[in-house]
Amino acid sequence: MTSMEIKTGSAPSSRSGGDDSGALLDVRDLHVEFHTRDGVVKAVNGVNYNVSSGETLAVLGESGSGKSVTAQAIMGIVDMPPGKIPQGEILFRGQDMLKMSNEERRKIRGSKIAMIFQDALSSLNPVLSVGYQLGEMFRVHEGMSRKQAKAKAVELMERVKIPAAKDRVNDFPHQFSGGMRQRIMIAMALALEPDLIIADEPTTALDVTVQAQVMDLLAELQQEYNMGLILITHDLGVVADVADKIAVMYAGRIVETAPVHELYKRPAHPYTRGLLDSIPRLDQKGQELYAIKGLPPNLLHVPSGCPFNPRCPKAQDICRTEVPPLVPVTEQDGTDLPGRGSACHFWEETIHG
Amino acid sequence: MAELNKAEAAEPADETPNVSEVDAVDAATETEAVAAIEASVERGEPILQVRNLVKHFPLTQGILFKRQIGAVKAVDGISFDLHQGETLGIVGESGCGKSTVAKLLMMLEQATAGEIFYKGQDITKLSGRALKAVRRNIQMVFQDPYTSLNPRMTVGDIIGEPFEIHPEAAPKGSRRQKVQDLLDVVGLNPEYINRYPHQFSGGQRQRIGIARGLALNPEIIICDEPVSALDVSVQAQVINLMEKLQDEFNLSYLFIAHDLSIVRHISDRVGVMYLGKMAEIGSDQSIYDHPTHPYTQALLSAVPVPDPEAREGRERIILTGDVPSPANPPSGCRFRTRCWKAQDKCAQEEPLLAVPERFKSSDSPVAHESACHFAEEKDVVHAA
Repeated sequence: MTSMEIKTGSAPSSRSGGDDSGALLDVRDLHVEFHTRDGVVKAVNGVNYNVSSGETLAVLGESGSGKSVTAQAIMGIVDMPPGKIPQGEILFRGQDMLKMSNEERRKIRGSKIAMIFQDALSSLNPVLSVGYQLGEMFRVHEGMSRKQAKAKAVELMERVKIPAAKDRVNDFPHQFSGGMRQRIMIAMALALEPDLIIADEPTTALDVTVQAQVMDLLAELQQEYNMGLILITHDLGVVADVADKIAVMYAGRIVETAPVHELYKRPAHPYTRGLLDSIPRLDQKGQELYAIKGLPPNLLHVPSGCPFNPRCPKAQDICRTEVPPLVPVTEQDGTDLPGRGSACHFWEETIHG
Repeated sequence: MAELNKAEAAEPADETPNVSEVDAVDAATETEAVAAIEASVERGEPILQVRNLVKHFPLTQGILFKRQIGAVKAVDGISFDLHQGETLGIVGESGCGKSTVAKLLMMLEQATAGEIFYKGQDITKLSGRALKAVRRNIQMVFQDPYTSLNPRMTVGDIIGEPFEIHPEAAPKGSRRQKVQDLLDVVGLNPEYINRYPHQFSGGQRQRIGIARGLALNPEIIICDEPVSALDVSVQAQVINLMEKLQDEFNLSYLFIAHDLSIVRHISDRVGVMYLGKMAEIGSDQSIYDHPTHPYTQALLSAVPVPDPEAREGRERIILTGDVPSPANPPSGCRFRTRCWKAQDKCAQEEPLLAVPERFKSSDSPVAHESACHFAEEKDVVHAA
């Protein structure tokens, strides 16, 4: 029932003028749950977002907010069982991927939508050379011979700026440094020139200097191929650097959507505000940091009403009983703020007050 | 609570010699050491002085007849001071040796060379009872709250374990009460004493780790990435707690982290490490606003700033390549392979950590120790 309202909230977020059909990927009212011995874990509860070609959407959230599960659902790699998608649509170029056969999805996965995982060391197979793993894409999807595939692998490694690619193509993952391994992951995702890349915390395991290299490379390649990019992260700094628009997730819901500049300037949800305020600032040295009290909720027992209410400084009775829908955010005088939405009963006070 | 408060926490440290400390140490056997400690405290010297600390891990070859074929130079000549009540932040990329420094200070690793003076006493030469007495005053909080707590012990046992090792710190009957006091101090419900670590969240576990570190009323706490495993919203809670405890107990922190904004927030002084060496060290203001070492400049400029307005105007120095292997570090300046200023001199001559000649007369924070031949001021944080 709330899905319609949510839809109106996130519909105008496509940059190219609010036309939904232009979106490359459109996730609508997605629910994912896991049936465990302790009960049903509702990991994703009605998520809506869309990405167009050449656009970067950052999905921001803490651990357990459902940001990675959403990505896995898009890729079709949620373990089922125990996972289950009871509701929702994932439209890729207008086609609902959840209704496709496994064979059809296989064709999209890797060649149209690719994913970069967080931990490159555990995502690469340690007993196969990187050249073999890179070439696998070409052998499986395009039926190339081993020799052709290896030549392609070298080409890819050069494209992601791995030095001496020809000599290193037969090396194994453990022989590369963390930054280089992440480049190999990127190369693998790029192999078939997909339309959309989902990067799940691509730089969390890396040092800042290497992180800067990898993010730059990713941005450069995205521009070159005009790909859509979904960047999943918890790092507010990385988001500010690369994103076009942001979706903030909390307890399996999107609590706020906004273009990047707007979000940092005027957050419209108390959770986003809390996150931004808890970053150490230069002018607050020596003072106590602002901290969001309490802990992220246990997804087995999500609090009733707004899931953020036990931690929210603004919580009132309505917050404990009614789930706030994601509604469009407007200026004080009622003018539309394109792309902005907030799932808070008191968004007006939060943004304007 | 009153019990927990150290005698010296209430008064300025340099006025009164360390009374409770002296009582705790077995006085009969440690008279000499005690005298040295008292003397150094009276002089107002740093509580911890590290001089040319070196740790090489041998690389061996062969199974039956092991021979050494080289060494990983994890820490290669580091010196710094830590004062009472101060926080020294140590930053650097992974593999630069910052965690090894922590282990050396805890005497969990035996240093290859160099000295660590705790109140004027070289602890690298100590063993047995004397070492045990010193260890009481240097405690550690570990990075990963999931693996640093024994899953089979209750919280009460975990926090109370230091009392088993140092029975003189708390008489048997009062231990339970002390543990509950500690839980209260770190903001956990004292009734949780019989719970197990898996019943707590990451932030709460880190509080348990901090309570364990506080149990023996240490003077120095070494924090090795204490918040990097925590969620953003919980990090701030733990940082606030650590600052509160520092004021309450007059603790000295050695704060190791890779998050530069958190280090800046909590630290009085900051040291930047690169490949087993200290590249630059100074007050937080001099490091962040007036960095003179190219590595520090690159590191600071690479940090993503949570402000989208800044992303267009900011000058970013993107280093090429990776950190060289510490088993075979470059000659001369270790940073020269990635440095844009490198010249022949950098390959031949190792730059020493000192205040650069040209800034010596300057009063501004730019005059701080930096190990670069071509040290130059460059404000990378505010550059527009």
